[in-house]
Amino acid sequence: MDKKGLSEITKSITDLIMPFVFMFGLYLLFFGHLSPGGGFAAGVILAGVFILITLAFGKGGVEIYINRERSHLFEAAGALLFLFVACSGIFTGKGFFTNVLHQEFGSRYFRFLSGGNIVLYNIGIALKVMAGLFMVFFILSVTRVVLEGTKLKMRRRK
Amino acid sequence: MVEIILIVLMSFMLIAALIALESRDLLSSIVSLGAVGFMISLVFLFLGAPDIAIVQVVVDILTLVILIRATISRDLHPVEDIRGFFPFAVLLVLLIILTVFGLETMHYLPKFGTSMSRVAEYYLAHGLVETGAANIVSAIILDYRGYDTLGEATVLFTAVVGAVAILRRKAKQDG
Repeated sequence: MDKKGLSEITKSITDLIMPFVFMFGLYLLFFGHLSPGGGFAAGVILAGVFILITLAFGKGGVEIYINRERSHLFEAAGALLFLFVACSGIFTGKGFFTNVLHQEFGSRYFRFLSGGNIVLYNIGIALKVMAGLFMVFFILSVTRVVLEGTKLKMRRRK
Repeated sequence: MVEIILIVLMSFMLIAALIALESRDLLSSIVSLGAVGFMISLVFLFLGAPDIAIVQVVVDILTLVILIRATISRDLHPVEDIRGFFPFAVLLVLLIILTVFGLETMHYLPKFGTSMSRVAEYYLAHGLVETGAANIVSAIILDYRGYDTLGEATVLFTAVVGAVAILRRKAKQDG
């Protein structure tokens, strides 16, 4: 058996609940304009799934899904997606931050497409928050501060 | 009924915050801080703000995990009480003065729950038609107040870049 991470019980439970937590995050993300939720909360929950995997399975377990390079990519992609959707009003001849897609699809309230640009904004924010928070946790947990003599030094955790 | 629940929750919050301040052990401080966070989210829920309640719960869990795992997991040491009598007395007097003035200000505040800003009424009346989003919070933060959200995203990006830049270089030098 793999000795890294926590005990076998924790690993089994994590395996069981991981997809449900991920699904809940995706629900908050895609229905954030119809029900309580939104991009930020969804991003934090998605980051929480990866942090749960890191805690239960160790560093090797999470690198199947996401690592530092992919976090950088996701974070930049989220920020650029947000800016691009915000600029889409300029490209179509209206103002910055104009809700272009809503004006396109008209008044289908309480449907998935009714929010227009808001869904895309939520996706961008969720990507950004997920990658950013996971990266902060990952870096903080692989480095630790040790006291050597009178100086504080940062060491990579084994 | 809601007011009674709010008062009970807030008094529990005060007790938990005092425990977090006064306990000698860093781990139990952090656990009491988590209790404060959960009660804040319940308060938001009873005040009718489920969006903020969700954000508060998930951010609280994440903060606790990061605090326990990344900062104090191997450096648990009890905190010594080094406060003298004089600073404590000054603090107490300042707190009493602040409480008296704060209670006096309470009379000038509008009644609890009355709307102060006219723009909020406009958002509530026209939000669904103009943005199409049934969740008014999403409609406001991503459509009417889009610039704010853009700035917030920039702040988060800068914070993460700063954390990565500070923590990465020294770890790399160490090998």
